[in-house]
Amino acid sequence: MSAVRTRGGHGLAPLLFVLIALAILSAELWAGPYYLKLLSRAMILALAALALDLVVGVAGLVSLGHAAFLGVGAYTVGILAEHGITSGWIQWPIALFASAAFALVIGALSLRTRGVHFIMITLAFAQMLYYAANSLSRYGGDDGLTIWNRSEFATFFSLADRSTFAWTCFVILLLSYLLLARVVASRFGRVLRGAKDNERRMEALGYPVARFRLVAFTLSGTLAGLAGVLLANLTEFVAPAYMSWHRSGELLAMVVLGGLGSLYGAIIGAFFFVLVEEALARITTHWALVFGPFLILLVLLGRGGLVGLLENLGRR
Amino acid sequence: MRVLLAAKGLAKSFGAVVAAADLDLAVEAGEIHALIGPNGAGKTTVLRLLSGELRPDAGCVWLADREVTALAVHERARLGLARTFQHSSVLSSFSVLENVAVAIQAHAGSSFRFFKPASPDPRLEEPALAILERLGIEGLADRPAAALAHGERRLLELAMALACRPQVLLLDEPLAGVSNKEAQRLIGVLAALRAEMGMLLVEHDMDAVFRLADRITVLVNGRVIASGSPSAVRADPLVRSAYLGEEEEL
Repeated sequence: MSAVRTRGGHGLAPLLFVLIALAILSAELWAGPYYLKLLSRAMILALAALALDLVVGVAGLVSLGHAAFLGVGAYTVGILAEHGITSGWIQWPIALFASAAFALVIGALSLRTRGVHFIMITLAFAQMLYYAANSLSRYGGDDGLTIWNRSEFATFFSLADRSTFAWTCFVILLLSYLLLARVVASRFGRVLRGAKDNERRMEALGYPVARFRLVAFTLSGTLAGLAGVLLANLTEFVAPAYMSWHRSGELLAMVVLGGLGSLYGAIIGAFFFVLVEEALARITTHWALVFGPFLILLVLLGRGGLVGLLENLGRR
Repeated sequence: MRVLLAAKGLAKSFGAVVAAADLDLAVEAGEIHALIGPNGAGKTTVLRLLSGELRPDAGCVWLADREVTALAVHERARLGLARTFQHSSVLSSFSVLENVAVAIQAHAGSSFRFFKPASPDPRLEEPALAILERLGIEGLADRPAAALAHGERRLLELAMALACRPQVLLLDEPLAGVSNKEAQRLIGVLAALRAEMGMLLVEHDMDAVFRLADRITVLVNGRVIASGSPSAVRADPLVRSAYLGEEEEL
């Protein structure tokens, strides 16, 4: 079967996290700060893709607006920093709360629709936030906003240090993965999976499906917001482009590329996306011309995504 | 007998097509009430109106002594209304046991539990297995539901409905497409369940209907043309001409 398992079992995840940790270590020892930053970026996008997979892969709702939550998280950090509030203890909870609130409202309205309409309405909400950010002239408008200080936690723990930052991303990604893996296997997750399979049947059994989906959407939006917090700290900059629809599309591509519903597939997809993009960009400035058809080919050939391909290889 | 499910003056039209008109229907405790009629008579529409998938244009639905006309499908399910579908409706990516466990879970506390794994959990899986045993399909417990044969899937659907421990069970053509052997087993199971719940049975297999039903209602073009005991309905001239056909030996 090409369908990726969505319950129990971590599959390739332990190996994956060991590889990421080794990559960070070797970047620290040999490859240098550029690669440390590249890895951090990949981990942050992996976190966002992981969050998106809960909605798309597990619950079966294709959201094309998840960059909005990334943007809400990032802008919260940027705006608070602009007002001199640089403490992470204040910034991060507010950013998480803000992304949860946006996800709750957007989810509550979007979940009244299904299928293509759900895709369109999530896209529309993300575009609304994108243009709203463009009009925030106090905070840079379409030029974006420079963040002069990364979130501050304690003197002995500074995100300004590239290594500390990379390991922070690693730990957050690992914990988020473990959290979502538990959620997927829980009673709650089982309802989500069941409703993806057969919504009508789940309603007839007595499950208010929409309520379960809204909780999942909100949880996903909050985690995407956390990715935005990290991204703002990595780039020390926020701009409306963080919320653009093509960022949402990239996240979706990562999830599909990696393999829907397995969670760690989204992480593989994100790393693959970021690293291949980087490699191609070195060879040619027209890398997108190669990358696009390459993505299409991969999705066509491996219906279970990269996870499906790897599992098939492992079985031989 | 106590009325468990009642519909009064139900009406539903789709454009010019009348699917139900001024329809009264009741299911009492301990009875199997069969709803029969030619294709397109509106039988499935009636089930959808009763279960809450469709809102009636007029009329109301009662579950026991509570009006549920405005309630959603899942709310009616929580009040003890279960159903099976005309086209078997199971969770095909789940195992047979997990299908039934999900149904048990729906009526066993809150499902907003995020950390404890849903499986293994004997509080869900033991009663689920007991229901599979009752239907004689415990041997299929670990099979993926997608791999089931048609008749097995019908039995699984019934198992899921029973796992909800319903007061009233709506059955939409449970015997359609099953083998004769499986049909006999299903008929036996339904007859044995009579004591525990009220059932509304939509079925084309007249042999099964006359074996099981305590009461039969005949629907033609959304209207009830006869309702009563099987022998009364069998003798009704209107029913004979409209539906059963003169020549058919009942």
